[in-house]
Amino acid sequence: MENKTDKNSYTILFAIAMVVVVGSLLAFTASSLKPRITENKRMEKQQNILYAMGVNENEGSSREFISTDKVAGEFSKYIKTQLVVDANGNSTEDDEAYLIDVKKEQAKAKNGGTRRLPLFVGEKDGKTFYIAPIRGKGLWDAIWAYVALDKDMVVQGTFFDHAGETPGLGANINQRFFMDDFTGEHLLSDTGVFKGIAVTKGNNDPKNLDKVDHEVDAIAGSTITGDGVSAMLKADLKLYLPYFKNLK
Amino acid sequence: MGLLSKKDAKLITDPLTDNNPITIQVLGICSALAITAELKASLVMGVAVLFVLGIGNVVISLMRNIIPSKIRIIVQLIVVAALVIIVDQVLKAYQYELSKTLAVFVGLIITNCIIMGRFEAFALANGPWKSFLDGIGNALGYAVILLIVGFFRELLGSGTLFGIPVLGDAIEKTGVYAIGYENNGFMLMPPMALIVVGLIIWVQRSRNKALIED
Repeated sequence: MENKTDKNSYTILFAIAMVVVVGSLLAFTASSLKPRITENKRMEKQQNILYAMGVNENEGSSREFISTDKVAGEFSKYIKTQLVVDANGNSTEDDEAYLIDVKKEQAKAKNGGTRRLPLFVGEKDGKTFYIAPIRGKGLWDAIWAYVALDKDMVVQGTFFDHAGETPGLGANINQRFFMDDFTGEHLLSDTGVFKGIAVTKGNNDPKNLDKVDHEVDAIAGSTITGDGVSAMLKADLKLYLPYFKNLK
Repeated sequence: MGLLSKKDAKLITDPLTDNNPITIQVLGICSALAITAELKASLVMGVAVLFVLGIGNVVISLMRNIIPSKIRIIVQLIVVAALVIIVDQVLKAYQYELSKTLAVFVGLIITNCIIMGRFEAFALANGPWKSFLDGIGNALGYAVILLIVGFFRELLGSGTLFGIPVLGDAIEKTGVYAIGYENNGFMLMPPMALIVVGLIIWVQRSRNKALIED
């Protein structure tokens, strides 16, 4: 005897019902949680920006952000101006520049539009930090970073993150042992030519003492993620060069 | 195990030893190779699979009499994908930090063959309680192998365990590095995970001859 679950009509009805039920369940979950998720993402951005300029709660070798209940206050305290920079280095103030989606701006530039470049000017202990958000491609998915620079484009701090790099390998770009190596590295050569910073596996400088070699040590087993980091730093930070030239 | 009958207890203990999902059933190898460079990642993946497989097995088992056999694989896939996405969304809203840690595992969980394999081989033919125990057992068996592989790869590859240096400092040359020991970077590559899994299989089969096929 044929089972009723083997019939074509039953199969189709079941498939339709399943799609409707699962679809509405997912839609309901997504839309009811959306406000909280958006808020979390906004706070995360502020935490990341502050982290890059050294406003964090790092202890020992652990990586700790400013807590979420304090982040809004600290953000308005340390970030003095938010700018939108254009390709010629001209800047306009925009108090919500940190909400600019770098991914969308990159897509705009690709389609022939003009890209808005957000830049956050922070002050801490009398020092001025220029923090730029950048974005690129890792092995599996997007990678991004917030890089804090001084007026000579010397790195003062970084925060890297990724959407889906391999756990234990490329995913470690958001760990201290990798991020901290960038601090003090120069983006420009002595003559002011933009060189970027390359993630290299030559093991030339494992203790990272040479700050003008435009190199940091790569993570073993994450060549493509590392190359993505180098490419991202080179392509995106270069766009800010005119702004820094104008500063002088 | 006073709580469980002997038969039920076997559902949990078997996958830990003689019917291990990785070394005997050879399921879930892909994720076992990909994420075992560190103990922490192994642990997170083990817990995540425990959760998804436990609940997924129960859901599939409850639906087992109404699932049309022609599209059962797609139904299983939808169930596991929906489960993982809902958990991911809830974590993003209420436990943002944790969700960041888990984000990279989401894709790996959905495509983990152990999950589909247990749905297909067990949950479709057994009641919810038994399926739950089977899910937990297999996830534990999976996690044990992940932890063993993660232990050796992290120790020999990076000289750390759970990120804590245990062999001294490789750059400052302290601890065992002082006498010329070097980390084996090759341990961090997926091929070495395969070799470590192979060694586990070898050890297991040499101890229990009944496991050797002709």
